[in-house]
Amino acid sequence: MLVRVSLSSLKVARWYEYLVRFVLGGATTVFAGFIGSRFGPSTGGLFLALPAIFCASSTLIETHEIRRKREAELDGRLRGKKAAALESAGAALGSIGMLGFAIAFAAIIERSTAGAFIAASLVWLLVSVAAWYVRYKCRMTRI
Amino acid sequence: MTEYLVRFLIGGLVVSAFAMLGDLLRPKSFAGLFAAAPSVALATLGIAVIEHGAQYAAAESRTMTCGAIALAAYVVLVCHLLMRTRLRALAASLFALVIWLLFAFGLRALVTGEA
Repeated sequence: MLVRVSLSSLKVARWYEYLVRFVLGGATTVFAGFIGSRFGPSTGGLFLALPAIFCASSTLIETHEIRRKREAELDGRLRGKKAAALESAGAALGSIGMLGFAIAFAAIIERSTAGAFIAASLVWLLVSVAAWYVRYKCRMTRI
Repeated sequence: MTEYLVRFLIGGLVVSAFAMLGDLLRPKSFAGLFAAAPSVALATLGIAVIEHGAQYAAAESRTMTCGAIALAAYVVLVCHLLMRTRLRALAASLFALVIWLLFAFGLRALVTGEA
């Protein structure tokens, strides 16, 4: 199985980590809206791809790995950094999907609102997963 | 004030949902796809369509393409900083935000001619 669901990260996570992500997500959305209303949609649009949440998620991934290793009385700092780097590599592929989302949304929104949201979300999912799969296959071939 | 509260709640919910989905999935490189999910865009564009109409949302999504390309440069830089320097995740991701800003505004200036 290429992709699987693992519940172990939910056991390691603390309740306040979810709260941090909720607050950061809400604050980033408010900030993007504020920039849009203050400086216009051209500037506001840039901030729709602001990686503010990425800072929190990569820090949490690193912290979780360090915590896991500490429970086994090991130093998990290097492992934590590697886990965060691996997530960054995935996010690079996800950003290609985000580019697809923006292009599809811009192309459809003036014809259909619901159609634009559905099509752009599907484009994001398909492009991201396809990019990840191609990279996965390339790495397997090299090995 | 109510508008900002609605934005905060919707943004918080959408971002948390994508983040939790990313937490549950393995391998980590696949979960990383959800770290670059258009969660803020979904929440903000939805409100933009209701408040300002489709043309405004179209204008936002056009420059979002520059933001997305800058995001790709940002995460590649974070990955290299983590692997090649002593910086921890928080420091690397915060430092690289400067590059995201420069890249996003630089690209927009190239594409639209706006400074």
